[in-house]
Amino acid sequence: MAEVALHNVKKRFDEVDAVRGVSLQIPDKEFVVLVGPSGCGKSTTLRMIAGLEEVTSGDIVIGGDVVNDVPPKDRDIAMVFQNYALYPHMTVFENMSFGLKLRRIPKPEIKARVEKAAKILDITDLLGRRPKQLSGGQRQRVAMGRAIVRNPKVFLFDEPLSNLDAKLRVQMRTEIKRVHQQVKTTTVYVTHDQVEAMTLADRVVVMNDGRIDQVGTPHELYHRPKTRFVAGFIGSPAMNFLPTRIEQNGEGLIVRLSEALAFPIPATHTQRYRASVGKDLVFGLRPEHITEPRGEARDPRCEFTVTLDVVEPMGMETMVFFSVNATEICARVEPSAASGPGQPMRLYANLNHMHLIDPATDLVL
Amino acid sequence: MTAQAIVAGQPRAAAGASLRRSRRWALIASYFFLILFAIFFLTPPYYMIITSLKSDAEVAHLATNPWIISNGVTLEQYRLLFQGTDFLIYFKNTVIVTLCVVAITMVVSVLAAFSLSRMRFWGSGILATGIFLTYLVPDTLLFIPLFQIVRWLGLLNSYWSMVLVYPTLTVPFCTWIMIGYFQSIPKELDEAALIDGAGHLQMLLKIFIPVALPGIIAATIFAFTVSWAAFVYPIAFLFSADQQVLTVGTVTSLIKADVYKWGMLMAGALVAAAPPLIVYAFLMDYYIAGLTAGATKG
Amino acid sequence: MVDLARHYPIGRGEASGQGARAGATLQLWLRRRSTIAVLMCLPLIVIVAGLIVYPALYSIYLSMLNKAQTRFVGLDNFSYLLRRDTFWMVVEQSAIFALSAVFFKALIGLVTAHLVNNLPSKGQRKWRGMLLVPWVIPLALSTLGWWWLFDPTHSAFNWLIQGVGGNDIPWLSNPYWARFSVILVNVWYGAPFFLIMYLAALKSVPEQLYEAAQIDGANAWQRFRHITLPMMRNIIAITVLFSLIVTFANFDIVQIMTAGGPRNMTHVFATYAFLLGIRSGDLPLGAAVSLFMLPILAVSAMFILRGVRKRGREIG
Repeated sequence: MAEVALHNVKKRFDEVDAVRGVSLQIPDKEFVVLVGPSGCGKSTTLRMIAGLEEVTSGDIVIGGDVVNDVPPKDRDIAMVFQNYALYPHMTVFENMSFGLKLRRIPKPEIKARVEKAAKILDITDLLGRRPKQLSGGQRQRVAMGRAIVRNPKVFLFDEPLSNLDAKLRVQMRTEIKRVHQQVKTTTVYVTHDQVEAMTLADRVVVMNDGRIDQVGTPHELYHRPKTRFVAGFIGSPAMNFLPTRIEQNGEGLIVRLSEALAFPIPATHTQRYRASVGKDLVFGLRPEHITEPRGEARDPRCEFTVTLDVVEPMGMETMVFFSVNATEICARVEPSAASGPGQPMRLYANLNHMHLIDPATDLVL
Repeated sequence: MTAQAIVAGQPRAAAGASLRRSRRWALIASYFFLILFAIFFLTPPYYMIITSLKSDAEVAHLATNPWIISNGVTLEQYRLLFQGTDFLIYFKNTVIVTLCVVAITMVVSVLAAFSLSRMRFWGSGILATGIFLTYLVPDTLLFIPLFQIVRWLGLLNSYWSMVLVYPTLTVPFCTWIMIGYFQSIPKELDEAALIDGAGHLQMLLKIFIPVALPGIIAATIFAFTVSWAAFVYPIAFLFSADQQVLTVGTVTSLIKADVYKWGMLMAGALVAAAPPLIVYAFLMDYYIAGLTAGATKG
Repeated sequence: MVDLARHYPIGRGEASGQGARAGATLQLWLRRRSTIAVLMCLPLIVIVAGLIVYPALYSIYLSMLNKAQTRFVGLDNFSYLLRRDTFWMVVEQSAIFALSAVFFKALIGLVTAHLVNNLPSKGQRKWRGMLLVPWVIPLALSTLGWWWLFDPTHSAFNWLIQGVGGNDIPWLSNPYWARFSVILVNVWYGAPFFLIMYLAALKSVPEQLYEAAQIDGANAWQRFRHITLPMMRNIIAITVLFSLIVTFANFDIVQIMTAGGPRNMTHVFATYAFLLGIRSGDLPLGAAVSLFMLPILAVSAMFILRGVRKRGREIG
């Protein structure tokens, strides 16, 4: 059994509280991604799981055992570092077999394990080379191979793709997912890139300022963010935010974004927001939910016209930017429907996907 | 599940708590051995200081503990040193020689290092390697032929002969240090300066040298300490007291009529050793950078 | 690369009149970058050629003259030396001195470097500062201090030994103790250099390699053997070879403390050359002695150069 659990784990460095009480349950074989901006404590948390940092308070449990005082080598974990950390003076084969050699695993078995891992990662013809003869992507594979041969209880990844160029990063992402499907091991993966998090994870843990803001599947995080931070962090381009107020309009409610712009709130949401009428709130809507008028069932009262500031063609769609009350809003539209910068354009806001945030608590209503 | 996990893990945790303790023991052991080494390294200087502050009587007295001052601190030895011997002449000579040598060394080395690291010309690679190799030729090999040469030049028994030969000790290594530093300055800096309109000399003086200042300071300190401490050349080429430098003077000439006044000798040694020590105390990082530059910059 | 010659004329304004033609040619010549580069190297070349290369070659010629330097005697000086017992003692002592001193210096340097590296980084600077003191004090002066510590009548060490009931050690009067003392002083003086070098090298090993090894299951000793030593192999080789050269050619310590005695048993090449060449006035003989150092130096230099080049490739 290789579940990982964190119980109110805290980490203090001199004066700074890097991790302020993180609790998490990771069932066996799950791929969990810790994601968040620089300094949110995700790497520190990972390193505490690895045993490379001491835990200030709280417990780390791996496979049912509390491992706070267990040295890394006895935790039965494997780690892939951002800078690969390959031993420069050893060949690829020696790099991968180093851990096994230390554990006195017999040579034939070492050979078998290394070759098997090499096959999974497609690095069999690199086994005789030294790290400095390899490209970045190859080195990353070797680092993963080193982790796989150990058959550990848990894989730990510390921002492994950050040093690769964009294209390679996309390729390696798929590699990692494929490897995880083949080698079914509990994985804790740290990254600052939310796209990586969404594509790789079974569940995503969004961290902010040393705490967990939300844990959930990518779908949950996307559609039902719990805090403003999560709402703004997940999704690319980021969600649009506007200060707003809810007004009563007969039976229904409307959300007022500016003097000229107000939309009716769909009936499905009215119940939830009725209590917040008149309060100062923040309105959130993703760019993909502001489009050119489309869909038969759309509410014509949600259509509006704006003057575009910037137009960015992306190939499959076009991003258009316009201002509401001096705040820049982004919308994703069909390329053929987009007009030009300085030109007016008719847009439609799909309020079924709207969010309202209480600015005092930063929680999503 | 979690409650179970904690209970089941209990014995493991207790055994593992000694991990922190073993790390503490390792640290204590480190300090212990380091203190032993520190005693080894610092005993001679300590003893020199102690001796220099004792009276002659106490120095000569065999029964008392030589490691402490029992009969009162006295500056008598220092007074004798400055007033009764040629020590100050040696000091003056050494200062003159060192200043000249450092100046010569820095000018020669900076020019050469700049040229070798930045400008490509036929033989520059060979020359750079050659410089490194000449550093490996020891003074104890060269001092015999140089004796002859210095005699030809009529500089024997003059401290200007020191100014002539000391650069052999300093220039190669200083050049080597600075080639390393200069190479680490990105070429884009040069190019930006050129685009901004600087000439070659201006680039050197206004951009390069300020940026390379740490390396230059390190090289200067190296040249200073080597010149100050040189012993082979002065003992071979200088005979009379008025031309002698500190190292040789303190060690050989402070002995009058075969009587070793150890208190005064130690005082002399300390005062002579003071300038490099003071430079070291204030500029330790540059001092060390100079040392390590040679080998680690490769 | 920007072609400086075209863009930035060095000359400060045109020379006028008749001198213009000659001046223009000079300026043109000066403009060529490689010329300037060579000019900048000229002082260095002059010093190296005149004060290092020429004397070194000259000493070969010198070693083949007679004492009065009136006639050419070929290899007579060398064969004379090779037949003298004293000379062979010098060879033996130089070898013992250099090899044992360098070994202990490297060992102490490696050990202390590790100890210092284990400390929290705030304290490291302080300790490093303290431990480097022997290297900073001019060798001749600290040797004087050691001489005083070894003084036959007043040795502070002997005072301690007597205090625990032992007998005086004849630090400088017994040949074998004298050899020990000389080596001891050299080790005392040179170990800090190794400490600094190895400390820098230890710090250049990326921390993540140790972390990866920890996770792979290596204990402290295994990490040292499989990570630290291989990564430091080159710098260890370079410092050892370098120190061999310097220690082999050492003069100060022996000259000051024993002047080669007792019974010529502590003489090294440098002091013996000094004795014969300067004190006794037989320069050619002294040159011959010095030249015996050359093969060792050359071989070591070759290995150092190879090591330095290899390290350059490893880093880049």
